[in-house]
Amino acid sequence: MPPTLRVVLCGSVDDGKSTLLGRLLHDTRQVFADELERVAEDSRRHGTRGDATDLALLLDGLQDEREQGITIDVAYRSVETPRRRFMVADAPGHEQYTRNLASGASTADIAVVLVDARKGILPQTARHTRIAAMFGVRHIVHAVNKMDLAGWDRGTFESIVRACRALAEEIGVEEAVSIPLSALTGDNLTRPATEAPWYTGPTLLDHLETTEIERPAARRPFRMPVQYVNRPNPDFRGYCGRIAAGAVTRGDRVLISPAGTAAEVESIVVWQGTRESATRGDSITLTVKPDVDVARGDVIAAAADPPEVADQFQARIVWLGDNPLAVGRPYRMKLHAREVGATVTRIRHRVDVSDGGRLAAARLELNDLGVVNLATDRSVPFAPFDRSRELGGFILIDRATNATVGAGTITYALMRAANLKWQEFDIDAEVRARLKRQRARCLWLTGLSASGKSTVANLLERRLVAEGRHTYLLDGDNVRHGLNRDLGFTEADRVENIRRVAEVARLMVDAGLIVIVSFISPFQSERDFARSLFEPGDFMEIFVDASVEECARRDPKGLYAKAMTGEIRNFTGVDSPYERPERPDMRLDTGKLSPDECVELVMRRLD
Amino acid sequence: MPRPNPLEDGSRARRTGRHRAGSWLSALESEAIEIIREGVATAARPLMLYSIGKDSSVLLHLARKAFWPAPPPIPLLHVNTTWKFREMIAFRDRVAAEPGVELIVHTNREGLHAGVTPFTHGSDYYTEVMKTVALRQALDAGRHDIVFVGARRDEEKSRAKERVFSLRSPNHQWDPRAQRPELWNLYNTRIGEGESLRVSPLSNWTEADVWRYIAAEEIRIVPLYYAAERPVVERDGRWIMVDDDRMPLDPGEVPEMRRVRFRTLGCYPLTAAIESDATTLDAIIAETLATAHSEREGRLIDHDAEASMERKKREGYF
Repeated sequence: MPPTLRVVLCGSVDDGKSTLLGRLLHDTRQVFADELERVAEDSRRHGTRGDATDLALLLDGLQDEREQGITIDVAYRSVETPRRRFMVADAPGHEQYTRNLASGASTADIAVVLVDARKGILPQTARHTRIAAMFGVRHIVHAVNKMDLAGWDRGTFESIVRACRALAEEIGVEEAVSIPLSALTGDNLTRPATEAPWYTGPTLLDHLETTEIERPAARRPFRMPVQYVNRPNPDFRGYCGRIAAGAVTRGDRVLISPAGTAAEVESIVVWQGTRESATRGDSITLTVKPDVDVARGDVIAAAADPPEVADQFQARIVWLGDNPLAVGRPYRMKLHAREVGATVTRIRHRVDVSDGGRLAAARLELNDLGVVNLATDRSVPFAPFDRSRELGGFILIDRATNATVGAGTITYALMRAANLKWQEFDIDAEVRARLKRQRARCLWLTGLSASGKSTVANLLERRLVAEGRHTYLLDGDNVRHGLNRDLGFTEADRVENIRRVAEVARLMVDAGLIVIVSFISPFQSERDFARSLFEPGDFMEIFVDASVEECARRDPKGLYAKAMTGEIRNFTGVDSPYERPERPDMRLDTGKLSPDECVELVMRRLD
Repeated sequence: MPRPNPLEDGSRARRTGRHRAGSWLSALESEAIEIIREGVATAARPLMLYSIGKDSSVLLHLARKAFWPAPPPIPLLHVNTTWKFREMIAFRDRVAAEPGVELIVHTNREGLHAGVTPFTHGSDYYTEVMKTVALRQALDAGRHDIVFVGARRDEEKSRAKERVFSLRSPNHQWDPRAQRPELWNLYNTRIGEGESLRVSPLSNWTEADVWRYIAAEEIRIVPLYYAAERPVVERDGRWIMVDDDRMPLDPGEVPEMRRVRFRTLGCYPLTAAIESDATTLDAIIAETLATAHSEREGRLIDHDAEASMERKKREGYF
C-alpha cells in the first residue's frame, strides 16, 4: 500500500466538490469541534444552505471564496481513515482557475471528477479529466453527484456512465469508475445509498480506500537529479538529490548525464552515517570516485542504462499564463533540477478539450492545451513523461515576470542522434556471442536478381540452425514489406534502403547473432558502407555470381522479362548497373556450383 | 464487500494508530529535505524562522539531515516579542549554543519603547507590532530571499490553500488570488527585486505526523509540551499560564497549580494550556489523535475575527 494516496477532486463549478470533501471530512470524523462551530457560524453568514451547516465552508479557506461562494484556489487536506491515509486536493471548477487545478492534479494518483447528475458531462468536466490524464493521473473516478436531485434515477446515471466511459477511453486512462452519490446527504460517499438499491458497487470512500495504485517498478534504472552540491570542506564533496527512479548501491557504476562521465558510487551519505543502498523517493547524498565534475541539474544515472539527452522535444503543454504562448519567445524551463532557456518552435496543434480533436493554432491562450515542438538552449537529460514524471515533466517561467506560465510533459525527443553520446557498456557483442557459443558475424550476400542469393541464404541458415547456431536472415524483398516500406526505388531511397538494413544487421551482430543478409546491393560504395559498420572480420562480403544471361534465363519471378520490355524501370543488370565486387571475401559461382556446394564452402570459411 | 463505516465505529477514525507510520513519515521526510535543498540551492540569502516550537524543532532537524555532514547553511531567526515563556528562551539558548547553529534574534525596538504589550494594547495590535512588523524589519535588514517556515496545511484553512513556495511582495504581502501554479516537485524559485519566497517544507504534514516524527527521531522539544504542574488562571474558559510577574491579575484572581501542557507555543499570555496527564511522547500522540479540538484553538490571536489568519498573512505575518 502506498504511503499516502494523493487524490485530486475536480469538475465543473457548482458540481459540489467542496461540499463533497467537506462531507467526507465530516463523516470520517476529521473535523474538529471548534472548526465545525466556526463553519456553522460562517454558514449563517455566507452559506448557501439557509441555517444548515454548509460543509463546503470547511474548505473554502479564503475570504473571497467564502464571500463569493466559490473555490478559487486548490486546498490540500489530510484525511486519515482506519484503512488509508489521503492527501486530498480540492481544485477550483471555474475555467479561469484551471491553473490551480493543474497544481492539484500534477501530484495526484487518482482524480475524482464530479459530474452533476442533472447536467452530465460539461466542457469543464472533460477539460479536467483531460488535464488530470495529461499530468499522469491513471485512475479516474467520475462521482455522479446530486443523485438525490435526480431522484436516484438509474437511467440518468447509466447514460452519464456511458459518456464518462467514452471520455476515459478516448483519453486513455487505465481505470475509470463511476459512482452515483449525493455529497449533500453523504449517500454512497461513506455509506451505501438506501435510495439506490440498483447500485451494487462500492461507495466513494470504499473505492478510494481499496484502489491499488501501481508504483513505477523498482527495477527501473537508477536516476537521481542533483539538486545541490554539498562541499563543506576540501575533503568532502557530496551530491544531494532525491532518487527519481530505481535504486542505488554502494559500488554501483554510474554515469553523470549529460556530460557522460563515468564514475562509481563511493558512499551513500545520510544523517550521521552512510547506507549500503537507497531507493526511489529517498533524499540522499552521494559521493563518487574518481572526483569528477558534477553540478546542480546533472543526473546521476545507472551506467548501463543512462537517460536520453536532447535539446529538441515534442511536448504537451497546458498554458497557464495571462499572456498567450508565443512561438519563438524565450522562456525559462525547469526540468527536474535543471533550468535552461527554452523556446517553442512550433505549435503542432491545440487540443479541443471537449472531444480531444486537433485544432490549428498560432498561439495558446490561458488554459489551452496543445502539442508543441520545444527547443532548449542546452542539451538536457530527460525521460518521456509516460516513463518518468520526475524526468519528463517541466514548467515554463516567464523571463520578465517570473510567473509560471506553462506546464508540460515531454512526449519524445526530436533529432535525438545529433545529441546522443555513445555510451560504453559492460556487456558487449563478444559477451553476448560467447553466451551463444558462436562468433557473431554478418554474411552479406550480394548479386543480381535470380543469381541464387535467397536459395543459398535459406540453405545456409538451415544448416547453421541445425548446428545449434543462432541466426537471422534479412531478405531484401521482405524488408521492403516492413521496415523499408516507405522507400521507393529512386537513387536516394536505395541508399537509405541499404543504410537501414546495414544498421539493423549491425545491431543483430551486436546482439550476438549470425546475420545473413540477402540483398542485391549493386553499388560498391554501399557495400563498403555496410562493411564500415562492423569490426574487421565480422563482415563477409559474399558475391553470389551468375551472369545476367544466366539470371535472365532463370528469371523465377518474371522480372527480367518485364524489365526487358520496359514494364519496370531501374532494374539492376538491365537498365541499372551492377558493380561487381572488387575484393569480395568469397565468390560463389552459382553457374557451376550447386546450392549445397555453395553452403559447404561458406561453412568451411566460418569454422 | 465489507464496509467499515466510520460513523458506526464509535471512535474517531483518526484515533486509530493502525497504519504503519514509518513509510509515510519517511516519504514526508524525504519530501521536506528535497524542498529545503531546493530552497537553499536557489537562494542568495536563505533564512529559517525559528519560533522555538515543535514545528521549528522538526524543521531544524530536517535541515541538519539535508546538509549532513555540513551544518545547515541557513541562519535561524527568532523574532523575540519579549513575551515568550522563559522555558522557551532557555531552550532556544541551548540550541543556539550547539555547533553549526547561527541564531539571529530580533525585537521591534520601537514597539518595545512604546510599551506595546498584549495586556495594554490588545492581542491584535500587539501581534501586528511585535510580530508582523518585527519580522518585516528583520527580513528587510537581511534582504532574505528564501525564508523557511514551519507552516502546515492542516493548521488552518487559509494555509491549506498556500503553495509550498509562496511568493511575497516587496512589502511581504501574500496575494492569495495570484498564487503561482505549483506542479509536481518543480518549484519556481525565480523572484523579482525585493520579492521573497516563504517556503514550507512541512506543508503536507499533520500535527500527528510532527509528533510521530519527534518520537521516531528523538527530537528535543521545549518541556512545556509535556504535562506538569504549572501556575495557571482561567480566562474565557482557557488556562493561561502565569509565567512571570508581568502578568496583571484581575481582582480576586489567584493562580492555581494545574496539570497542564501546551499543544502549541507562542507568547505566553496569548497561548492557552490544556489540562493533560501526557508526560511522554506516546501519551501526547495518543492525546493528539483523540482530541476533538484543533491545535490553533489554544491560540488567542486566531479568534479575533473570521479570516484573521488570512488577513495577517496578507500583511506579512506567518
